[in-house]
This record gives sequence, C-alpha cells and structure tokens, in this order.
Amino acid sequence: MASLVFFYALAAVLLVAATGVITSRNPVFSVLFLVLAFVTSAFLWMLLEAEFLAIVLVLVYVGAVMVLFLFVVMMLDIKEAQLRAGFTRYAPFGIVLGLIMAAELIAALWLRGSQVPILASATPRQAGYSNTKMLGQVLYTEHVYAFELAAFLLLLAIVAAIVLTMRRRPGLKVQDVARQVAVRREDRVRLVKMQPETRQ
Amino acid sequence: MITLGHYLGLSAALFVLSIAGIYINRKNVILLLMCIELLLLAVNFNFIALSRYLDDSVGQVFVFFILTVAAAEAAIGLAILVVLFRSRRSIDVEELDVLKG
Repeated sequence: MASLVFFYALAAVLLVAATGVITSRNPVFSVLFLVLAFVTSAFLWMLLEAEFLAIVLVLVYVGAVMVLFLFVVMMLDIKEAQLRAGFTRYAPFGIVLGLIMAAELIAALWLRGSQVPILASATPRQAGYSNTKMLGQVLYTEHVYAFELAAFLLLLAIVAAIVLTMRRRPGLKVQDVARQVAVRREDRVRLVKMQPETRQ
Repeated sequence: MITLGHYLGLSAALFVLSIAGIYINRKNVILLLMCIELLLLAVNFNFIALSRYLDDSVGQVFVFFILTVAAAEAAIGLAILVVLFRSRRSIDVEELDVLKG
C-alpha cells in the first residue's frame, strides 16, 4: 500500500516536470525541469527494482548530458520572445494531436490487455538477488557484441562532437609543433670565426 | 499493489506530453532535443516495467543500449546546434530554409 502511495506521488511529480519542460518560458527552466523528471524517473526505476539503471540514469543523464544541455543553453544568446512567438498558434494543434495519440495508446492497451498481464503484480525477488550482477552476467556473455558496438558508438560520438565544434580562426598566433620539432641545428645556430680581442 | 498497467499508463502519458511538446515548441531546436530525451525516457519506462513484470532481463539490457545511444545523440546534436548558432546567430527552425528549392 505504501508503495502505491509512493508511485502516485512520484508519477505526479514526473508529469508536472514534463509539463514544465514543454511549457516554461525560459530554456534554462526547461532544462532544470528535465533534470527533475530524470531524478523522479530514477526513483520510479528503483521502485521497479532496476537499481543499476536508476543509478546510471542519475550519473549519466543528470551528471553529464543535462549539464551539457545547461552549458549550451547558457552559452547561446537566445531571444526568448522570438522563439515563443508561435506558442499560442501551435498549442491547440499540439493538444489535439496529444489527445489523439493518448486515445490510440489507451485503445492499444485495452485491446492487448488480455495477452499482457496488465493487472498482474510483480513476483517478489528471492533473497540475495542482485540486479547489477544479473545485468552484468547477461551483458558480458549474450550481448557482448552489442556491448562492444556501443563502446564504438561512444568513441564515434566523441570524435564527431570534437570535429564539429573545432574551428580555426584566421590570424590566431599558435605554435606549429611539427615545425618546432623538425627544426635543425643549422637553421638556428651560426658559428663565427673571429680573432680574439686584445685587452686595451 | 502497483500493477503493470500503472507503469504503462504513466509511460503513455509521458510519451503523449513530449509529442505535444514537439509540436508546441517547434521553433526552438534545444527544446526539440529535450522533448526527444523525454520520449526516450518514456520508452525506457515501458522496457523496464515489462522486464520486471514479465521477468525477462533483456528489457534492462535494451534500456542500457538506449541510454548509450541517447547520450551519443545528445552530444552530436548539441555540437551541431553550437555550429549552427555560430554560423547563423539563431536557432529558429523556420529560418533554416536554405535548401528550399
């Protein structure tokens, strides 16, 4: 019973945060509402006993991705009024579309409800069950190729992000390391033979 | 008791909210990216809830990979956004009509 109360409280916070993301006037508030949504989702995933993924959601999403969003939002000089211009014009269409989609999803749940145990409650885990251990055992054996592909994908993302944002400004004074290393003694030092000077 | 239907309903509500958000905020690229993150979160909810209630670990493995892909997507998307802003001084989607014939 207590878990049901927890669920409804967290679900309410999550939906309010999602509404805040799509309606707030300032993009910075949108990002902060999104952080709230992710943290609340992590709590709900804890309720589902997916502890590893809940921690990963907080570490990776809130810790890295949302901070990246925050940096970009604060770095770009965005004119709010111009971006909010179409809000009232697009809002009715968005709401109608959302209602249609909600009806479709409810219909799908209704029709498939007999095949998926929608009203079932979860079977309790036995003592000593470890979510992280279970995930590791599956991830490094059955899904090891997908795991390596994911690692390669992250490498690709790093390279792509760096290549995209690197720029060379003209007129910038920088060292050319290759030329510095390739320099020879003859280019820099000149030995001059001269008579020793006599003391006056 | 919390049933599977509770979680599926919550994830459906989250999905619908973010779809509506994409239509409402379609001038601002940053908000579009944020709505995509919310969509992926709703999908992840479905995967984790079904993995718990059907007692199948593959759902959680899938969520792991979705998180990886979403992080890569956010990094590249924001990089493109920064380059776009640097060259055009604006992130309004409706001004990106150079390719219009």
